[in-house]
Amino acid sequence: MIKIKNLHANIEGKEILKGLDLEVNAGEVHAIMGPNGAGKSTLASILAGREEYEITAGSITFDGIDLLELSTEERAREGLFLAFQYPVEIPGVSNINFLRTALNEIREYKGQEPISAKDFMQMVRDKSALVELDSKLANRSVNEGFSGGEKKRNEIFQMAMLDPKLAILDETDSGLDIDALRIVANGVNKLKTPHNASIVITHYQRLLDYIVPDFVHVLYDGKIVKTGPKELALTLEEKGYDWIKESILS
Amino acid sequence: MANYTENELAKDLENQEYKFGFVTDIETEKVPSGLDEDIIRLISSKKNEPSWLLDYRLNAFETWKKMVEPEWAHVRYEKPKFQEITYYAAPKQTKKYESWEDVDPEMKETMTKLGISLEEQQRLTGVAVDFVMDSVSVATSFKEKLKELGIIFCSFSDAVQEHPDLVKKYMGTVVPTTDNFYAALNSAVFTDGSFCYIPKGVRCPMELSTYFRINAGGTGQFERTLVVADEGSYVSYLEGCTAPQRDENQLHAAVVELIALESAEIKYSTVQNWYPGDKEGKGGVFNFVTKRGICERNAKISWTQVETGSAVTWKYPSCILKGDHSVGEFYSVAVTNNYQQADTGTKMVHLGKNTKSTIISKGISAGKSQNSYRGLVQIHKNAQQARNFSQCDSLLMTDECGAHTFPYIECKNPTAKIEHEATTSKIGEDQLFYCMQRGISEEKAISLIVNGYCKEVLNQLPMEFAVEAQKLLAISLEGSVG
Ligand SMILES: Nc1ncnc2c1ncn2[C@@H]1O[C@H](COP(=O)(O)OP(=O)(O)OP(=O)(O)O)[C@@H](O)[C@H]1O
Ligand SMILES: [Mg+2]
Repeated sequence: MIKIKNLHANIEGKEILKGLDLEVNAGEVHAIMGPNGAGKSTLASILAGREEYEITAGSITFDGIDLLELSTEERAREGLFLAFQYPVEIPGVSNINFLRTALNEIREYKGQEPISAKDFMQMVRDKSALVELDSKLANRSVNEGFSGGEKKRNEIFQMAMLDPKLAILDETDSGLDIDALRIVANGVNKLKTPHNASIVITHYQRLLDYIVPDFVHVLYDGKIVKTGPKELALTLEEKGYDWIKESILS
Repeated sequence: MANYTENELAKDLENQEYKFGFVTDIETEKVPSGLDEDIIRLISSKKNEPSWLLDYRLNAFETWKKMVEPEWAHVRYEKPKFQEITYYAAPKQTKKYESWEDVDPEMKETMTKLGISLEEQQRLTGVAVDFVMDSVSVATSFKEKLKELGIIFCSFSDAVQEHPDLVKKYMGTVVPTTDNFYAALNSAVFTDGSFCYIPKGVRCPMELSTYFRINAGGTGQFERTLVVADEGSYVSYLEGCTAPQRDENQLHAAVVELIALESAEIKYSTVQNWYPGDKEGKGGVFNFVTKRGICERNAKISWTQVETGSAVTWKYPSCILKGDHSVGEFYSVAVTNNYQQADTGTKMVHLGKNTKSTIISKGISAGKSQNSYRGLVQIHKNAQQARNFSQCDSLLMTDECGAHTFPYIECKNPTAKIEHEATTSKIGEDQLFYCMQRGISEEKAISLIVNGYCKEVLNQLPMEFAVEAQKLLAISLEGSVG
């Protein structure tokens, strides 16, 4: 699904990603863990097409196409979704209007007719039930005045509505209470098919009890330095990152 | 939930050109250009006016000659050459139309291009349109229906002929000829406009709507609107404006007077998209307008405006809250792009006790434009317990544009409560990125964000006007983020 090779990226002249490799296939869930400032959100932003970053080397292919050639909105329309670590508020724009605009832009890109109001509202009902999102939130302005947890839940609701091929979840678990965590994870699991994939960025093993990853990667100092099965997360939780740092140094 | 904000925005955003830039080939009858007493007499006689009105004009002209153009506004422009303007242009066809079928096909086409085919309007929306093209009212619809209720809605010229007493009684009572330079000029040379009278206790069942446009080259537009809502009545009045694309600047100096008698309510909505000039700032309409309303006891006047057009705008729809418990409102969105300049705002004059005013102003500046809010809240000595709330927000689309806020407060009564909030923000890169990550194009993202930002104002507009306004916002801001 996505192949990242030897990716180097700078921001404001400072190198953040220093030769990152990652391959994710359809049907897989990959977890990325790593200390603060390692470059996890940077990777997510670059995949989504944020322009501030300068790619100095490497390549990214998404379903065979050169991702770096596509604009942010084209990537989204091709099926790449980012659940933001810090979702943005858009005052005065209802969640519903926002999503319908997004959905229709994606449909238009694929040569499909705009969705009918009736089908759309049905979809809103179904998908908000999936993440147990209060239907009042669907009518409110995008993320405006939402609590931290509601914002995260709203990201997953949007993901459910847009049905992406590849979803990148950047610390979607942070700020969620135990119940919300379970609900969000449950939503993600229900959306899983053999044809889509997700990259889950997290600091906590806890989330991975619910969303069971096929692989766990450690991102450290701009590179994937270790990859293992889901048990790796447990080890990390227990021992921290120091042993990895040491093994790199030695 | 207000549904129209959920409406999809215009599909036809590709066309960056000014949508209404075309000239109709109808023969017009013009008087020679220039301004002196003879021209005024000529206009007055062409319109077959009573002598008191001619005297009114001549008085105004005398006043105007002694006045100087105001320069306090935050705008720069080359002053109009008043002797080169043609002060009267009427479509040559003088006979009035008996029915819609009689209307000149070319004129119909003009209206179709404007997107306001009367036929469609009549059929679909129930809006009665008094269409003003180059100063003479061309077609008036729904007159019969309104007549049954005793509502008078007609061109100003017709009102002068048919209801001279009402016109004489109220004209100039809110905006006197001496008020300001442009109001004086208008009072001297106005050619037509609209008149509306709602009798006691009548609730006007439909939105009354007038579309103004400027057609003949080199003609100034001097419209005059007078709306009188008698005791306990209600009316919602819509005014839309478009002008064809032209290179020389065109002057528009209108006067609008609203009179809300005891317990009456007037809602006055404007969508203004006169030609703003091209990308280099060449051409465009000068829009110098005096709009003011007076509220008697318990009355309410609400101004809503969406201003996207004109090269230079100078406009302050105001309320004189004369009666106790009267209410004034001002909701405004002003968009400037390229080299447009707007200096707009309101004046709320609190004279009566327990008077209340609300000001919501949303400025959006793009390109190299300058956008100023100028507001005055005046609480007079006897205005016990007066209240005002003002909120002035500015949104910047580029680093080269300017937003300015000039709020003035004069308070002579210690019991007054005045609140003022102001914000300035740059359109958020994060917001745009968030939208685009969901597959939304930049253009659409901008219009979503901007419409969201203006929502409080757009919500005040009648539905079909709000949709139009949303499209206009999108068109005016195309390619404007930088
Ligand atoms: N605009 C910027 N200018 C300079 N440095 C930046 C900028 N954005 C990010 N960085 C730096 O890049 C590094 C990686 O940041 P990133 O947000 O990707 O970390 P992260 O792995 O997501 O951390 P966390 O676990 O705290 O979310 C950090 O050192 C950060 O300070
Ligand atoms: Mg991060």
